[in-house]
Amino acid sequence: MTLNDLQETKAKELATRKKIVLRCCLAAGCISSDAKGVKEQLVKAVAEAGLQDEVEVRGVGCMKLCCEGPLVQADPSNALYIKVTPDNAPAIIAALKGGKVALQQADPNSPFFTKQEPIVLANCGLIDPERIESYIAADGYLALHDAIVEMEPKDVLDAMVKSGLRGRGGAGFPTGLKWGTVAKSPGARKYVICNADEGDPGAFMDRSVLESDPHAILEGMVIAGYAVGADQGYIYCRAEYPLAITRLQKAIHQAKRLGLLGAGIFESPINFNIDIRIGAGAFVCGEETALMASVEGKRGTPRPRPPFPAERGLFDCPTLINNVETFANVAPILRRGVEWFAGIGTEKSKGTKVFALAGKIQNTGLIEVPMGTPLRTIVEEMGGGAPDGGKIKAVQTGGPSGGCIPAQHLDTPVDYESLTQLGSIMGSGGMIVMDETTRMVDVARFFMEFCMDESCGKCIPCRAGTVQMHHLLVKLLAREANARDLAQLEELCDMVKNTSLCGLGQTSPNPVLSTLRFFREEYEELLQPDPHAVPQLAAKP
Amino acid sequence: MAAKTLTIDGTQISAENHTSILQAAKEAGVKIPTLCHLEGVYDVGACRLCLVEVKGSNKLMPACTTRIYEGMEVTTDNERLQKYRRMTLELLFAERNHVCAVCVANGHCELQALAYELGMDHVRYDYCYPKWGVDASHRFMGMDHNRCILCQRCVRVCWHIEGAGTKNVSGRGSKSHIISDLNEPWGNSTTCTSCGKCLLACPTGALFHKGDTAGESLRDRSKLEFIVNAREKQQWTV
Amino acid sequence: MDRIKIATVWLGGCAGCHMSFLDLDEFLIDLAGRVDVVYSPIIDVKEYPEGVDLCLIEGAVCNEDNLELLHQIRARTKILVSFGDCAITCNVTSLRNLLGPKNTDQILQRAYVEAADTNPVKPGLEGIVPRLLPKVRPVHDVVPVEHFLPGCPPPAPRIKAFLTNLLDQTPALTGAQLKFG
Repeated sequence: MTLNDLQETKAKELATRKKIVLRCCLAAGCISSDAKGVKEQLVKAVAEAGLQDEVEVRGVGCMKLCCEGPLVQADPSNALYIKVTPDNAPAIIAALKGGKVALQQADPNSPFFTKQEPIVLANCGLIDPERIESYIAADGYLALHDAIVEMEPKDVLDAMVKSGLRGRGGAGFPTGLKWGTVAKSPGARKYVICNADEGDPGAFMDRSVLESDPHAILEGMVIAGYAVGADQGYIYCRAEYPLAITRLQKAIHQAKRLGLLGAGIFESPINFNIDIRIGAGAFVCGEETALMASVEGKRGTPRPRPPFPAERGLFDCPTLINNVETFANVAPILRRGVEWFAGIGTEKSKGTKVFALAGKIQNTGLIEVPMGTPLRTIVEEMGGGAPDGGKIKAVQTGGPSGGCIPAQHLDTPVDYESLTQLGSIMGSGGMIVMDETTRMVDVARFFMEFCMDESCGKCIPCRAGTVQMHHLLVKLLAREANARDLAQLEELCDMVKNTSLCGLGQTSPNPVLSTLRFFREEYEELLQPDPHAVPQLAAKP
Repeated sequence: MAAKTLTIDGTQISAENHTSILQAAKEAGVKIPTLCHLEGVYDVGACRLCLVEVKGSNKLMPACTTRIYEGMEVTTDNERLQKYRRMTLELLFAERNHVCAVCVANGHCELQALAYELGMDHVRYDYCYPKWGVDASHRFMGMDHNRCILCQRCVRVCWHIEGAGTKNVSGRGSKSHIISDLNEPWGNSTTCTSCGKCLLACPTGALFHKGDTAGESLRDRSKLEFIVNAREKQQWTV
Repeated sequence: MDRIKIATVWLGGCAGCHMSFLDLDEFLIDLAGRVDVVYSPIIDVKEYPEGVDLCLIEGAVCNEDNLELLHQIRARTKILVSFGDCAITCNVTSLRNLLGPKNTDQILQRAYVEAADTNPVKPGLEGIVPRLLPKVRPVHDVVPVEHFLPGCPPPAPRIKAFLTNLLDQTPALTGAQLKFG
């Protein structure tokens, strides 16, 4: 493969495009409501109408408005059909000819779509994720060519630093700095790992990206490998994402066939292989050191850092580990330039962030907004507020490691620092909206149960502390706890936060701490009077 | 051998480069409590009892896995650390079924000793009373999960001193437990060499010689150190 | 100085702690010079009196009588001491907790019916034999406790040290004096 070949592939793909494209969402959400049946019937209806030469029915990735699926969108008319059933196929075809047909439609110009700024999701819902040509037609692998053929590794590192990109896995570590550390770490062998072990309750950003645009991840990883000097990459994906895994496997196979992956990429001496490792259902394997242990075939438990993976990671070699969304940002940054990227977002948080909007909200789905977008814009304008005219009470970000942001702080811009200040975190992008029917102590208990079940069991504070915290929350909800129990809960939160081994344990008290911070009265309402409220401590005869 | 100078609890000491805080403190006569550290095998930093404060770091650092550096200032003991350590012990006592009075390790138990050394005179948390069994299928050794604190010492000696790889951890969270082979009864294990090193390593009464009754399980850890020293440093004397 | 009023009670335990108390030997005579024992299984007083200064509580809270008495003790006593492992950790008495919340029937069946040589019958005389609580609880889980004196039983020298400390207001027990078991 050369640049010429790449351009030819693109030209050929564009030349064979038909006038009208019916994009049919084939991501896991829509598939679960029979999107495959919809696509089949659409193909059949096109054939029956004799429009094969004019109309292409294309299976695409996530079209974002997940709550209204299955979704079908027509190009170039832009009509967006929602809740499509296979029976609707003839009507959709009829509508292409200008006929007025009663089909449920959503407004593609509603704020849910117009307020988005797709970088990571740029190809999402547009290209066919199972065909590499479709990705190449959208300028795919161009950045890889530029990186490998026209740039030195240090230029790539420079670009990543200048872009200001920060890790999208949650903690927001500067990506360029991380890449630079791995590049500088001495070692004959280095590794690149893509963390696709998304497991936060309510989060589906990474799954959507993997299902909708797998080549973007591969391209980002190969560029990373070139920049840091690694020739082997692993994608660690949870087993609960079978469609993502299938599409990744297909993508790897296609990229290898075209010489974009494997030995001699773009006919250069650069080699890079990617293998998939499938998780076995442990949430803790999203923690980088546990993930690496799992890739090595060991029990997935974290180990103390330092040494950080950048110095000693997988198989004791320097290892670059980034999240799916981080890798998805890489090719666009190189292709469109660091200045362009650094121009989006806020001073300290550059670019965009993908969120999975869920919970008590009208528009459940996938969104990508510039960093610094106020939470209110996301939940009220784009999300359409709470359903049935309800009032939004809080927004939970960051999954079990995050916290609840109360409605009075909805004007907070979404960036790493602002969310941390409110006792939550950016996290990987789960955003769960709660309305006034939600009891915050219930929420805290739910997340604590999650952390308790998902603790790996290695360190005592997380293993046994979460059990006791959960027990106290259950006691509270059963109205059997008193002020001493609440004090004990707070003491345990502090202890588990400060003494646990890994991030999972250290952040497990966050849902309690943040709900205590903003909704303390809900805890206090549940307290029972203490019959021995004033113990005669240390009294001497 | 390069030496580093550091301060532990206000006293300047020097120790060999690459030494852990735990080791450096030990050489200087400062005892830092720990339950998962065992001389002779690598550290895992799991029990969190050896957490210390290091000036300049806002996180507590495990003394066993943190290497010393020049000018490091370490605090191994203060009110906050004592509080966390006591809480850790309380959590352990509440987690499984520790009945000191009838335990084979009574009087020789590291958990029991740490509890009184750190002044833990009662447990404020509700006891969990989980149902754990005893694996008495081995010819002359037994494993009582009720007394296990999951320090993984047995796993480490089994893999890294004996090289048998019989012991392992299975399950997650509070359901984690030590298994033999692929969760076989210990007596059915085809890998166990019956060397007994796990018994020497166990800090509590979880692993014991059958026939030992209350207070009779003595552990001679120096045997493990001897084997490791003999192998790694060719030292054949105790 | 007024003589100090001391009580000792025996909840769910084996009486070993009280045996150990009697092992204080001649210290008991010293003690008798300074305190009045106003309630104890070893003296003939039926009702727990008011205004007790110090109460040593042996045993865990196992039945309804234990529970009632303990609340009475707390209301009428300045300083409570959890005396021995059963009071502090529930110790052996709590082994039935492992059987879950419905353990009481199971253990009574096992002890009084299955294991009986003669006259196998489950004790269940309402109002005469106190009912077992579904879960054995340590004393401090029910009422606040000021001091803890561990041991199974606490050895006599430890009891002596503890009482001397308390009466003379010297520092409390430390180190190996706090050993369980």
